[in-house]
Amino acid sequence: MFDNGGYFCCESGQVGYNLRNTNGFKVSGVHIFHRLKRNANPSHATPSILYHVHVVAIGRANEYFLDGIISDISNILTGNEQYNPWGHSGLVYLVLSHLPPGGATRRRNSMAEIVVNQTPPVLQGPTEKEKKYDRQLRLWAASGQAALESANILLINSGAGTVGIETLKNLVLPGIGKFVIADDAIVNEADLGVNFFLDHSCLGRSRSECCTKLLLELNPEERLDLQHVLDSSGPFTLIMHTNPIRQEDLATVEAHASQRQTPVVCIHSAGFYSYFRFNLHGTFPIVDTHPEVEKTTDLRLLQPWPELSAFAKEMVERIDALEDHEHGHLPYVVILLHFLEQWRQLHDGKNPTTLKEKKEFSKLVLSGARTNNPEGGEENFQEAVDAINKNIKVPELAPELEEVFNHQTSSEVELRSSFWAVAKAINLFHQKHGCLPLPGSLPDMKAQSNVYVKLQSIYKEKARRDAREVLESARQIDGGEHVDPAEVDLFCKNARFVKLINAKPRDSDLGQIFDTEKANDEAAEAMKIETGGAFSLPSSNFFVYLALKATAHNPTATSGEIMNTITQLIPHAAEYERMQQIAEEVARARGGELHNISAFTGGMVAQEVIKIITKQYIPIDDTCIFDGISSRCQVLRL
Amino acid sequence: MADSNETRRWQYLDQIRRNPGPFNQDSDVSEEALQALGQHKVLVIGAGGLGCEILKNLALSGFKNIDVIDMDTIDISNLNRQFLFRKDDVGKYKAEVAAAFVEKRVKGIKITPHNCRIQDFDEDFYKQFQLVVCGLDSIEARRWINATLVNMVDMDDSDSLKPLIDGGTEGFKGQTRVIIPTLTPCIECQLDLYTPRAAVPLCTLATIPRQPEHCIEWAHIIAWDQEKPFPDLDKDDPEHITWLYQKASARAQEFGITGVTYSLTQGVVKNIIPAIASTNAIIAASCCNEALKIATTIAPSLGLEESYMMYSGDDSIYTSTFKYDRKPDCPVCGGAAKPLAVDPGITLRELLDSFAVKPDMQLKKPSIRANNKTLYMQFPPSIEAQTRPNLDKTLKTDLGLDTGHEIAVTDPAFPTITFNFILSFTST
Repeated sequence: MFDNGGYFCCESGQVGYNLRNTNGFKVSGVHIFHRLKRNANPSHATPSILYHVHVVAIGRANEYFLDGIISDISNILTGNEQYNPWGHSGLVYLVLSHLPPGGATRRRNSMAEIVVNQTPPVLQGPTEKEKKYDRQLRLWAASGQAALESANILLINSGAGTVGIETLKNLVLPGIGKFVIADDAIVNEADLGVNFFLDHSCLGRSRSECCTKLLLELNPEERLDLQHVLDSSGPFTLIMHTNPIRQEDLATVEAHASQRQTPVVCIHSAGFYSYFRFNLHGTFPIVDTHPEVEKTTDLRLLQPWPELSAFAKEMVERIDALEDHEHGHLPYVVILLHFLEQWRQLHDGKNPTTLKEKKEFSKLVLSGARTNNPEGGEENFQEAVDAINKNIKVPELAPELEEVFNHQTSSEVELRSSFWAVAKAINLFHQKHGCLPLPGSLPDMKAQSNVYVKLQSIYKEKARRDAREVLESARQIDGGEHVDPAEVDLFCKNARFVKLINAKPRDSDLGQIFDTEKANDEAAEAMKIETGGAFSLPSSNFFVYLALKATAHNPTATSGEIMNTITQLIPHAAEYERMQQIAEEVARARGGELHNISAFTGGMVAQEVIKIITKQYIPIDDTCIFDGISSRCQVLRL
Repeated sequence: MADSNETRRWQYLDQIRRNPGPFNQDSDVSEEALQALGQHKVLVIGAGGLGCEILKNLALSGFKNIDVIDMDTIDISNLNRQFLFRKDDVGKYKAEVAAAFVEKRVKGIKITPHNCRIQDFDEDFYKQFQLVVCGLDSIEARRWINATLVNMVDMDDSDSLKPLIDGGTEGFKGQTRVIIPTLTPCIECQLDLYTPRAAVPLCTLATIPRQPEHCIEWAHIIAWDQEKPFPDLDKDDPEHITWLYQKASARAQEFGITGVTYSLTQGVVKNIIPAIASTNAIIAASCCNEALKIATTIAPSLGLEESYMMYSGDDSIYTSTFKYDRKPDCPVCGGAAKPLAVDPGITLRELLDSFAVKPDMQLKKPSIRANNKTLYMQFPPSIEAQTRPNLDKTLKTDLGLDTGHEIAVTDPAFPTITFNFILSFTST
């Protein structure tokens, strides 16, 4: 079993590496993940790149992958990065097959050579960088980290100037690759009362320059870049701009971003209020949504495949003759499959579906438990009964996935994207088999170790087979010719939880939203009165958005001016008292930021930017409005 | 000139402070009230992920007199979010480095660091503050400071009421709570929000492991004790973690289990909670926003009505701000006895063990009295020895307990808390 690292180095197109293992090469069904990290290699006489290889897990062998991967590695190492299947992910999947146990193996192909030597185990603790980023790698893994490190962010800063800097702080700390601040302000006393990344010595100097310097101290690995011009410092992964902003500047940013399809976030913080709004240009699909683990279980009890059925059948063949220990350790998957079989024999081949049938089915399952023991029952049978409601049901297609299947790919970006190729392949799979590819994970359950491990491998093997079928079909689809097997694996594993952001057309009728949100407020108020305050619904933050937006180009607008701007769009807005009050509250700040509100907002924006850059977790769609008086957020699509 | 500089410096904050808005029309905007903020003494507990942010935020909210307590020193894994620390600071006290940094950056502010545990101070120390803001990662420390602040309340002295603002984060999620001792639900009232992690049965670890975590727990709990490779397990020593990792790997291999890695070993053994800068920024800012509102009345704060703000950021952004009810039988701020339903046939030891996992108790070293008679005491050793034989006695038959008896449970970790129960037997 490989469980520690080796080295991987390359000179003039040749690839060689050492894998150190602890127990000879046991590679029956091996799938090894390697993480590559570029290091300068002082010990080499000739200039070369040394890659640190860290072996993380073990899986399945496949000849086909090996050839592709060797040439991919060679391409990258020889600087021919036109085709880099790993993108910025920094992950390499290396699959070894049929290595003789205990022996070294040597393999050639036209572009690269791989040498595997068996050497004594060497301890491989975490690197400095892994230690520093440990707490966040547990959230977005090396792939997310690599995406962050290759990101280049532009902040167009203005006004009181704190919310954008607080956002950048939260991006510099986890290690974004590069940032640029464009800001024509000169540091004054008021900045020192609100912005932590300025000090006395900054007075009278360029605010962008001073903030950049103090932000860089946080993470010395960041590179300094003071270019203020969009074109000379790009391309940008994402552009952030704060309000207030000059109308002509906004037009420049929007034109630049839409031409290059760069995501833009507009941030506005004033007094106790703030909002931020993303413009992502086109649909934004996310595969790695990190659903809650409990929701991901998919046991296929109503659609077992032959290997699973055979395994269950064999275990329960002489169920009554089993010794107590074995009976008490039958995995609940096996128990449920067995009793489903019995149920169908009693019910014309039908499965229990209604609540009533499931109750009866629970009784049937429980009747199989042995009670001649001190506990008066068996834990595994109880686990089986507890699993009935969640696991005995015909899977339905999640609306999110249906949306993906029904999506008509139109733009050039979409046609070239491997996401849409894999989505189509999974749709074909679903049409053909009547179910999605199996995710393949098995929750923990009472069982003997060897039985559990065997059952686990039956699920994993089926998942691999399904993923392979999807991969082969995706490679026939436009945009999927070079799709990364890892991307297919992840998609198959997460298919039920895939999510599209920014898919629907924007609702630009602010008047209609106004009416809906006002009606919600009135319903909330009525409920509060009716229940004597016992139940309350939050009031809408939409009015905060309207009032702040009315000051986007004029931060010191009076409440009268704010209401004027709003009533030009929504004439009846003036009749709503809360709208008036919120306009007064916005005017109260006269464009000034409160540090806490900007720090709160900067935290949220940074979190959303991280989700967009790493393509992990689910970002907002598309506007978040914060009310620091009632301490509430609301997300709306505007 | 200094004064006018000072005025210009705080112009954004003062603009809000001098002009009441539609939601705080009757707040006090006199010069006296404005000056009071500078004299307000705030205690910050914790100088870690939340603490660094809290110190920055308080300094830029006009607070000028702050104390900070933290017993920890800086570790390299702190640097991805604890932004007041640099690589050269690794090994130094967090409280000291954080205080010095903020004092240097924000002129005219005084921050006093205390490199020690909160339990090292008594009521006299805590009395000097008007407000306490907590950025802690330990439930035990939260319970301790909560009980201390509730106990300090003297109904005839309004100065004895110290609002406690508590923040907490995990990954993309977090929460802010405002506690006004004796007037709003306290941390102990809400203890059941933190459900203790269900332990894996020992027999699974010992005989039928199935998950990589089972192998790691086996190495941690069983193999370490058997082999004692080092005198004491230091979870921060890479050599110790490596030993556990290798043990766990070997065991995993023996059972055909995959997935044991160094990182997972460290995570399981240290019970590591993922932490990132942005979530800390959100929650710390929320805490300090409430602190400023409470100290100045510039806007209504959380507290008497809604007191709890929950933030969740992994699936879009969702906040829920709600009212939590006080519990009349809270052992800290309530005092009424709760019913305790137990099987009369269990032993005293089984009863005491159940207190560790009961969500509203979570006591590791409970002592117990019934009807004013001591059944078991953890300390001092002489009493412990005298009462130890009771542990294996059954409640009803051996100890003579019955439904309706009063039970009092204490734990040395929380010297000021007594859990009062009325016993109620479940079956015959």
